Amino acid sequence: MLFSLRDVTYGRGGRVILSALSVELREGMTALVGPSGAGKSTLLRLLNRPADPDIGTVEDRGRDVRDYDVLELRREVVLVPQLPALLPGSVAQNVSYGPRLCGRPCKLEKALRLAGLDGKFAERAAQQLSVGEQQRVMLARALALEPNVLLLDEPTAALDERSRDAVERTLLDLHERLSAALIIVTHDQAQARRLGERVLVLDGGRIQGHPRAIPA
Amino acid sequence: MIAALHLSPGQVVASLALVAVAVLVSIWQRADLARDIAVATVRSFIQLTAIGYLIKVIFEQNNLVFVIALLATMVLFGAFTARQRARRVPHAFWPLLLALALAGSTTLLLVVALGVFKPQARYLVPVGGMVIGNAMTAAAVALNRLGDDVADGAAQIEATLALGATASEAIRPLLRRSLRSDMIPLIDSTKTTGLIFFPGTMVGMLLAGAAPIDAVRLQLVLLYVLLGSVALAALTAVHLAYRNFFTEAHQLRELAQPHA
Repeated sequence: MLFSLRDVTYGRGGRVILSALSVELREGMTALVGPSGAGKSTLLRLLNRPADPDIGTVEDRGRDVRDYDVLELRREVVLVPQLPALLPGSVAQNVSYGPRLCGRPCKLEKALRLAGLDGKFAERAAQQLSVGEQQRVMLARALALEPNVLLLDEPTAALDERSRDAVERTLLDLHERLSAALIIVTHDQAQARRLGERVLVLDGGRIQGHPRAIPA
Repeated sequence: MIAALHLSPGQVVASLALVAVAVLVSIWQRADLARDIAVATVRSFIQLTAIGYLIKVIFEQNNLVFVIALLATMVLFGAFTARQRARRVPHAFWPLLLALALAGSTTLLLVVALGVFKPQARYLVPVGGMVIGNAMTAAAVALNRLGDDVADGAAQIEATLALGATASEAIRPLLRRSLRSDMIPLIDSTKTTGLIFFPGTMVGMLLAGAAPIDAVRLQLVLLYVLLGSVALAALTAVHLAYRNFFTEAHQLRELAQPHA
């Protein structure tokens, strides 16, 4: 099992977001679907550890995530947040940021290509790109770390239909070409069905019903 | 030798005429500042008169223990005051206390060691007070700015942490911005001193009858001392305080809401 959450409760600002949640997440491509405020993004945050549960445990391959070196964990289980948050500078500087932190060489062109971007983007100023392009640079920046698990929080929420379809194709392509597991948070049930091998429905901080496997 | 300038209480009271004009303008314009101006005037009179008598005693004693006790008290109150302005920074008191103590002590030790001032109460008290006061403002402004920047840039900090950056790596661009915004006004005012305005020490010495060159030299010493001590205070405060935004696991803590 990739991730196991056991009796996880998490609150912020006096509000309970996840309540005694127990769920298992497998390798492959999982879509996590539910309405706004259901706790989907919070669940992703518990896997990459910008946050820890108040009660309960989160395990990565049978080991409590708190037992891993947090920096190494975040380079293996990389979170791409919902809103683009790029650093000032070029696309190349952004994409090579993660590998540079841990002293690894950066396969810049490969990361850009996997994220559906042309190599010509490398020298463009990150802050001057469209939201859709920034979203792809965020994806390339995560892929440059060559992670085992990619956590994508509403990767197409800010995009128009055409850009959304392009990102979806990129994600499906990624899933075929990489061995990395993908966990995608979306509020769009149709998108969850298009992308996920398994779909989990989260509402009110709890899993609703049983995980649905999508027929091939 | 500077001839002492003696002002009678009546002359001090006469200088309130301009404050009265400001109060009248405030009432006329309905700026609602009359009460604040009055409080500031009364507080400054009481505080400065009290410190004047205290300094008189300390000068007469010329005992370094009294000097250190007075400056330590100023550091303590300075840290309390600055903390009020840096409410969004968790546990800001200790970084501020250390920043003010370090800026004050390093500056005074340096100017005494270099022979700029003698280790006497009449030099250490005014220079120390000025350094601590300016260091307090600089550290408070730097932390206030840092708190706002962390709140505004939380998404970017978390996105950077998510790639395996340490807290220090994730916040570094914000620390740089905070220090720059803190130091630039002082650097600019140092650049324009003598052209656009006369600094207070020089004005005081000229009024007291000192030779202009002596006034300028003392002012230059104090300007350079201030530039260094303010930079030291802001640098120390932000570098000690930024850690309080994060947990041991390099997680950004929930931030306090700004106070109105």
